[in-house]
Amino acid sequence: MSTPLLTARDLTLRFGRIAALDGVGLEIHPGEVVAIVGESGSGKTTLLRVLSGLMRPDGGEVSYLGQDVLGMSEAARRRLMRTEWGFVHQNPRDGLRMAVSAGGNIGERLMATGARHYGNIREQAAHWLTRVEIDPARMDEVPAKFSGGMQQRLQIARTLVTLPKLVFMDEPTGGLDVSVQARLLDLIRALVADLGLAVLIVTHDIAAARLLAHRMLVMRHGVVVESGLTDRVLDDPQHPYTQLLVSSVLAA
Amino acid sequence: MTISLATEGLSKVFRLFLQGDVRIPVLADVDFAVHPGECVALTGPSGAGKSTLMRCLYGNYGAGSGRILVRHRGALVDLAAADPMLVREIRRETLGYVSQFLRVIPRIGARDIVAEPLRARGVAPEAALARATELLTRLNLPPRLHGLPPATFSGGEQQRINLARGFAADYPVLLLDEPTASLDPVNRQVVVTLIAEAKARGAALIGIFHDTEIRDQVADRLFEVLPIQDAA
Amino acid sequence: MSGYNFAYLDESTKRMIRRAILKAVAIPGHQVPFGSREMPLPYGWGTGGIQVTAAVLGPTDVLKVIDQGSDDTTNAVSIRAFFRRTAGIATTESTDAATIIQTRHRIPERKLREDQILVYQVPIPEPLGRLEPRIAETRRMHGMADYGLMHVKLYEDIARHGHIATSYSYPVMVNGRYLMSPSPIPAFDNPKMDQMPALQLFGAGREKRIYAVPPYTSVKSLDFDDHPFRPIRAPHACELCGSRDTYLDEVLTDDVGGRIFVCSDTDFCAERQAMKEAAE
Repeated sequence: MSTPLLTARDLTLRFGRIAALDGVGLEIHPGEVVAIVGESGSGKTTLLRVLSGLMRPDGGEVSYLGQDVLGMSEAARRRLMRTEWGFVHQNPRDGLRMAVSAGGNIGERLMATGARHYGNIREQAAHWLTRVEIDPARMDEVPAKFSGGMQQRLQIARTLVTLPKLVFMDEPTGGLDVSVQARLLDLIRALVADLGLAVLIVTHDIAAARLLAHRMLVMRHGVVVESGLTDRVLDDPQHPYTQLLVSSVLAA
Repeated sequence: MTISLATEGLSKVFRLFLQGDVRIPVLADVDFAVHPGECVALTGPSGAGKSTLMRCLYGNYGAGSGRILVRHRGALVDLAAADPMLVREIRRETLGYVSQFLRVIPRIGARDIVAEPLRARGVAPEAALARATELLTRLNLPPRLHGLPPATFSGGEQQRINLARGFAADYPVLLLDEPTASLDPVNRQVVVTLIAEAKARGAALIGIFHDTEIRDQVADRLFEVLPIQDAA
Repeated sequence: MSGYNFAYLDESTKRMIRRAILKAVAIPGHQVPFGSREMPLPYGWGTGGIQVTAAVLGPTDVLKVIDQGSDDTTNAVSIRAFFRRTAGIATTESTDAATIIQTRHRIPERKLREDQILVYQVPIPEPLGRLEPRIAETRRMHGMADYGLMHVKLYEDIARHGHIATSYSYPVMVNGRYLMSPSPIPAFDNPKMDQMPALQLFGAGREKRIYAVPPYTSVKSLDFDDHPFRPIRAPHACELCGSRDTYLDEVLTDDVGGRIFVCSDTDFCAERQAMKEAAE
């Protein structure tokens, strides 16, 4: 059995009287896609922010390959964030530099980790644009000229260019049209499989979770009420809330 | 005799919280075993729990109680107690499942869907695609369809893709849920041959066959799943 | 001039500024905040540079002030006059004779020495400011040497113009650690900062920051392996002294397109002209 990449134990976090996280624990192994599902306000985005070190919990532990994420210096955490980790935001504007060209957006992580050859950076940018199905001829355009779906694909290219081990995704298909969502989901599925990425994806889209995730955690009121293999959780839900969630999905 | 897959005291009760916590028992104390090179057909009236049993055997439904033993990497492993990582590993290497309906993935062509289980095991793309083409051809899927996403294919075409996917990977244990329901006589016979070949290489198969003629051709034994009286 | 302390600022203010300078020298390239005072001239006229000069000036110092290389523009003349009146010190237009040189937007052509101090007037000390408007974030980036963004700017230059189009305020790495704005000197002057024997002090009055490059410190202009930094000058000879290796200003001579190129460093140019005359 492989060693987990990321392990969290007993995470608690309160916002006033509301428990955003109440004793949450989880593990993610290399190459594993884990979905966190639940309705808005269930604590899933908070969990993502705590696991990625963006937010401090009141209690609990998070460790990444044996390193204590919560006790880590900000410098060390940032280094992780631009090398072995990636974060894909729901709104591409939060993850892209809108005034910088597509090529510059993809190149930033490379340059931040020491790439100093312009030609190689361009080559990498073209390669990644192709992988996310954007015409490399548009490399020098700014993302403001791109559609929402393209912006999101660009954000993914920008994140994956350093071949991270672990990618956090917060509702990556959130603001997109349904037809665009399908293409993006499929793209994420293919990239994740090809690159062997571990992904922690927060979504309220059950169909997306079924397509992408090997394993699933169902959250409600800051508590993980059920977890397990994606198909088992969805086809044989054991918790009343999961049954409600699954039965609320319209069959296509 | 070596066991490929066995259940011990397998029971399954569904709890439906949305219907006021109704409890529906479906399986009670199911004990059976399948050996290498053998095909066991599940029989019993409609609604007796054949499909539920099948899904429990694949880990798609959690077992309520009892054990599900699968010979995986040479040893018997209790699937009912395995963690998700181990279940995934068992599904990748040991346990295949051909369901009645193909779960279509957007934009993925038929050949890639069939090759996917081999690719997941680390087989090189060319070899995996060659094997996929071989099976799709045997199941008489026209070559012009091999590269197309099957979302718009007919039921019979989709079922053949499902079968090709199940048989391409040479699983030691293969579960078949109504594998011939939408097939024409020619392709039914192809399935009969594929099952015979799988048995010959030592695979253990468990199937639900609606079609008794096919069932009699492939099954070495029958196992009857009996409906249980409502205990609620 | 009576009623004023030596060099205008009171001693405790000078002490405060000197402390900031010491810290800046100890952490080359790092911006140190200081309590910038109101000066009797507007922001943008060199209030930061004047405060630094006032803090390091002694009665025996000889002060030179240049603006874009020239000793005789209003700004340079006024600042020299200011210190003559408030400190009673000697001033000069000769780079060689000066002990302190306050500058706006140039480094003199003549090589500076260990016994000299070069004081830069800085309008915008933060090199990352245009790319990252949040000050807290730029400080964090400096703290963690997280400078990928600066290369993104250069990347964008090349992608847009085919070469690095930044021709002044060209960002540098100091001592391999801090990213620094060299103030709006031409990129042509950047190489002069590297391993300079003289102490270099930078004062930004409006932004209330002081930073420094100690003598003999590494100062490298950012670039790419396949687009190396190139100090650019107009491809002409000085009309007055014939120099082909100094930074030139373009001067319009009439309103029908006539123009000449002359050295921007007036003292250096005058010296060369005198040498030429003597030789003839």
